[in-house]
Amino acid sequence: MNNKDLMLQHPLAKYLRQERMPHIWCEGCGNGILLNSFLEALDELQLDLDNIVVISGIGCIGRAAGYVNVDSFHTTHGRAIPFATGVKLANPQLKVVVISGDGDLFAIGGNHFIHAARRNVDIKVICANNFNYGMTGGQYGPTTPLEAWTTTTPYGNIEHPFNLVHLAAASGAVYAARWTTLQVRRLKASIKKALQKEGFSLIEVISPCPEIYDRYNKLGTAVEVMKWFKLVSEVHKAYDPAKAVITKNRIIIGEFVDIEKPSYGRLLREMTAQVKEDLEGENTK
Amino acid sequence: MEITQEQKAFALNGDEAIALAIKQSDVDVVAAYPITPQTIIVEKFSEYVADGEVDTEFVCTESEHSALTACLAASATGVRTFTASASAGLALMHEILYVTAGCRAPVVMAVTNRALSAPINIHCDHSDSMVERDSSWIQIYVENSQEAYDSIIQAFRVAEHPDVLLPVMVCLDAFFLSHTLENVQVLPDETVQKFVGERSIPLVTGHEGKNVPFKLDPANPLTIGPLDLYDYYFEHKRQQEEAMQMAASTIVQVHDEYGQLSGRRYGNGLVDAYRLEDADIATVCVGSTAGTTKSVVDTLRAKGVKAGLLRLRTFRPLPIAEIRNSLETVEAVAVMDRSNSFGGNGGPIYHEIRHALFDAQARPHVVNYIYGLGGRDMPQSIIRNIYTDLQEIRETGQVNSYVQFAGVRE
Ligand SMILES: Cc1ncc(C[n+]2csc(CCOP(=O)(O)OP(=O)(O)O)c2C)c(N)n1
Ligand code: SF4
Ligand SMILES: [Mg+2]
Repeated sequence: MNNKDLMLQHPLAKYLRQERMPHIWCEGCGNGILLNSFLEALDELQLDLDNIVVISGIGCIGRAAGYVNVDSFHTTHGRAIPFATGVKLANPQLKVVVISGDGDLFAIGGNHFIHAARRNVDIKVICANNFNYGMTGGQYGPTTPLEAWTTTTPYGNIEHPFNLVHLAAASGAVYAARWTTLQVRRLKASIKKALQKEGFSLIEVISPCPEIYDRYNKLGTAVEVMKWFKLVSEVHKAYDPAKAVITKNRIIIGEFVDIEKPSYGRLLREMTAQVKEDLEGENTK
Repeated sequence: MEITQEQKAFALNGDEAIALAIKQSDVDVVAAYPITPQTIIVEKFSEYVADGEVDTEFVCTESEHSALTACLAASATGVRTFTASASAGLALMHEILYVTAGCRAPVVMAVTNRALSAPINIHCDHSDSMVERDSSWIQIYVENSQEAYDSIIQAFRVAEHPDVLLPVMVCLDAFFLSHTLENVQVLPDETVQKFVGERSIPLVTGHEGKNVPFKLDPANPLTIGPLDLYDYYFEHKRQQEEAMQMAASTIVQVHDEYGQLSGRRYGNGLVDAYRLEDADIATVCVGSTAGTTKSVVDTLRAKGVKAGLLRLRTFRPLPIAEIRNSLETVEAVAVMDRSNSFGGNGGPIYHEIRHALFDAQARPHVVNYIYGLGGRDMPQSIIRNIYTDLQEIRETGQVNSYVQFAGVRE
């Protein structure tokens, strides 16, 4: 046995681009847990990796697209969803997953989110919500809670944050769930479910940012943040998303929306097939 | 004799120097969206706002497009506005850059010059602002953080001058300047406030035929930026061109006035000619590379080589006459471009320098070196080689290749 045989292999190593390791994420960052849950979901579903596409925008979590060992694309900031829409429409066989941040998906890219959900484009959006723009040094964004301290809110945030699951539900998503990085098994199950479901899905993952947001807001170490998640998470089924506002004392988690509705791609294909049939019928008249 | 105000030296990076200049310039509205390497400007400024050191409305918008739109709108009401961006952020502003200039809104923006995607790169080159050269924004490129500080202060005076009324970009090199500490001489707050002064609003003829201040004001209703077809659109564009011409003399005048206050001058404000009086060969560039190049010029001069450098401080307006005059004695010119016009046979500065020199009495050889894309370093050794090439061109009268890439793996 040589040394190489003795070296430990990560059980999910084949899903990662080893040459891109080590990753850039800080110690204790929730992004690793999110990515791991996604890869475990792929592994358990034994999906053909050639049919999986991962697309990210810019941000710390956006690096995920470069780490996964499947076809992937790192778009400009905010444009992951329109890119994913193009991929899905061009090749409906693919399972198209967007892994991106709260800032990328809901600030600069917010318009794309609501319209893709409205059209019910069959893409799966996994959002790492760390309540700030981690990559650019911790500025506030559209999910930053009121009063939170960020580099651009030195006396506390006065802007009301989005409630992402409510936004997804109101915009037309067929599946909307929220977890923290503590509930890894539920998170994985949720990703598996979304991957097997047709239509626009959002999985919001409340994720620690120990290096910036959590430190500025004195939330403690990554472990302490996980303990906080444990303390304040409340699992519900089909809870009214409008009421699932995140506060310091309560994070409602679970599946908020799980409905069936034909996707945009399906309707488009059905319609073009029908029009073609009608035209052919007319021509043979 | 110059009246030099008492000044204090602070160790500041380019971004911090800009934040300080904004703080001193009595800006009413700042709207921005974070992007590396501009973030420090806005973060630092948000501290000034929160600490009550400035009386500024500060908005963190959800994208750059909204940031510039907010500045444009605020500026249209007659107040002083500032934003900062770079790279993809500036590209996202593209639509509103034209609207801002077309509405003659004197917004001032700092651009921390950064490469454009794809591939993603956060480091320095000038592709982001060079593509905006036709947007009718005045463009000032600075060599160091001191000049960034000085230029921002001057920019408000130039932009808001009633003969100009055009927005200004002050461009500084990503990281080389934005993140590098330097000793920056800072004027007292009151001196800057006095120098910048209140924004003056010219009168225009309003809808009711009355002369009203050119701003959105409920007391004197006015529409800014409405539909303007083939009846007047062309005249409005012609006026923008005239404003650009006026900008040139205004920049010189404001730069001179500021020079008397601070004791600091950058050439005449449009071009910064370095050891060009009797030069045989010269390079042309913008930005921080000029600092490195000046030191190469000194070494060459010490060896008896008549080398010089022309740094363009403004690229818009393009100082054609100054370019021609500064390079009068030069027989071979190398233009160094930190961006490329793909398929255009050379970079943007090269095109325009050749254009400026076409009518020169003795037209020199003009060659181009594209360098430093995506933050690639431009060491003295490469610049020395460029001067060596120029010497050869001058001696042989032969140009082997007009456009080359310097410091790239071929
Ligand atoms: C057009 C444009 N504007 C701004 C940026 C700078 N930028 C990079 S990442 C980022 C925010 C990322 O926040 P989020 O999506 O929440 O991801 P996180 O880093 O928190 O994981 C910003 C503003 C950019 N890259 N492009
Ligand atoms: S800054 Fe925050 S989000 Fe980014 S890698 Fe570090 S901990 Fe994670
Ligand atoms: Mg984030």
